Amino acid sequence: MARETTRNRKLVFTVIGWTIGLTLFFPILWTIITSFKTEGEAIASPPSFVFFQWTLENYFEVQTRSDYFKHAMNSVIISLGSTGLGLLVAIPAAWAMAFSPTKHTKNVLMWMLSTKMLPPVGVLVPIFLIFRDFGLLDTRTGLVAVLMLMNLPIIVWMLYTYFKEIPGEILEAARMDGATLGKEIVYILAPMAVPGIASTLLLNIILAWNEAFWTLNLTAADAAPLSAFIASYSSPEGLFWAKLSAASTMAIAPILVMGWFSQKQLVRGLTFGAVK
Amino acid sequence: MATMHTQNTARLMMSPAVLMLLVWMVVPLGMTLYFSFLRYNLLMPGMEHFTGFGNYEFFLSDPAFFEALANTLLLVGGVLLVTVVGGTFLAILINQPFWGQGIVRLLVIAPFFVMPTVSALVWKNMLMHPVNGLFAWIAHGFGLDPVDWLAVLPLFSITMIVAWGWLPFATLIILTALQSLDQEQQEAAEMDGAGIVSIFTYITLPHLSRALTVVVLIETIFLLSIFAEIYVTTSGGPGTASTNISFLIYAEALLKYDVGSAAAGGVVAIILANIVAIFLIRMIGKNLEA
Repeated sequence: MARETTRNRKLVFTVIGWTIGLTLFFPILWTIITSFKTEGEAIASPPSFVFFQWTLENYFEVQTRSDYFKHAMNSVIISLGSTGLGLLVAIPAAWAMAFSPTKHTKNVLMWMLSTKMLPPVGVLVPIFLIFRDFGLLDTRTGLVAVLMLMNLPIIVWMLYTYFKEIPGEILEAARMDGATLGKEIVYILAPMAVPGIASTLLLNIILAWNEAFWTLNLTAADAAPLSAFIASYSSPEGLFWAKLSAASTMAIAPILVMGWFSQKQLVRGLTFGAVK
Repeated sequence: MATMHTQNTARLMMSPAVLMLLVWMVVPLGMTLYFSFLRYNLLMPGMEHFTGFGNYEFFLSDPAFFEALANTLLLVGGVLLVTVVGGTFLAILINQPFWGQGIVRLLVIAPFFVMPTVSALVWKNMLMHPVNGLFAWIAHGFGLDPVDWLAVLPLFSITMIVAWGWLPFATLIILTALQSLDQEQQEAAEMDGAGIVSIFTYITLPHLSRALTVVVLIETIFLLSIFAEIYVTTSGGPGTASTNISFLIYAEALLKYDVGSAAAGGVVAIILANIVAIFLIRMIGKNLEA
């Protein structure tokens, strides 16, 4: 009897769970399906879900018409560049805070966090003017710098919470055994720190890839990454749904896969370690 | 001696990050403050002059400001309502054992990874379009007139789009918290004959309170700055019906080139965000000590 009820219960939850899951995923699924339609079929009513002439032409058209790969490359360079530079600066900082904390460490961390609370629009005017005067508008260099600074607090915080979990006694033991700082880093800390650094890298690539405030305001035709480039499809003359869908599918697919792999780290990173 | 040495090294290791963030914070913030007291329009270069609190008077007495403020609060409140209630429900659901749980979990969190410009365009065109959109087709199926969502209910529509993207965030965090819930306690309550509702009210909810607070605070910080979704779907319209503070400042600065009043607006936005930030930082700080 009891087993029967558990089974029924499980069945009910399976139905509810899948219904809700598919409903929430539907806009993404619909985008993927539409990307394989012709423009005519994309706006057809009633819409067809499976039985239409599947085509890859949109994926080619997007490239020939709008130089999609240039913008995709911009996205890659900007998200990898800003994350890489951020890690370069943040790893030593987080390291020092985790392993040689002083009475100021906590305040420094809290202050870094507070810079993240600044609404970007509050500094839009000065950043725009600085970019204009230094010729940084619509350049990848400028965006790499801004996104790196914007995400630096999150990078430091994430790394700090990971480094904190590396037991300090191991370091002391190594020092007792006469390990130099270099050896300490290469043989003991690096292997233990790599997973944390990898998660930080992943989450920050996702954040930088999807960032749309600064990319929309600081770029135009040249340096626009996908998050800004896709917005050009919002103009009335740009109503090509199948092509919009193809461009969108390509823009979100890599990040979706990364996101699925990093769901655990996501919680830690976005809550600054407050929920683990 | 050794500690002195390590402390100096530590300081050296921290300095690039600290200095960069300091410059990143102080310079633009200082400039925003400075500009906010200037009469300064990019179309009239060389004409800038000190105007005291003139920009603030102008910005704060603009009826558009109050509408934007109201829209900002409605947008933040609406998204919070949907994501916190929906997220709690979804997290509890996903936490139950069922077939394909892992896959459903992936489906539910997927929207969070869709860049805001893409989600806004997909919703605007392929779902909410009054003629060819899927919602219009569904409405026809029920014999109803299709709704021109973004023209008639712009703020509500944007709230839905944004909530769709943030629901996974709330769900994930609440789910993480749920998984640390003591199963035995729950089973004991069940044995004692507690119903689902009382288990939820007296065991689950108190356990989740911390995660829920974190969700509310962090979402508020991000939602106060919603921009791309509005930029892509309605451009703040019709009129100013879907303009929030972020979009209003953007319009002052980059559409009207009025640096002075945009800067004053920026200061107002910073003050608003800080009201929330203080609570959040305090909470995270407490966690740091524990």
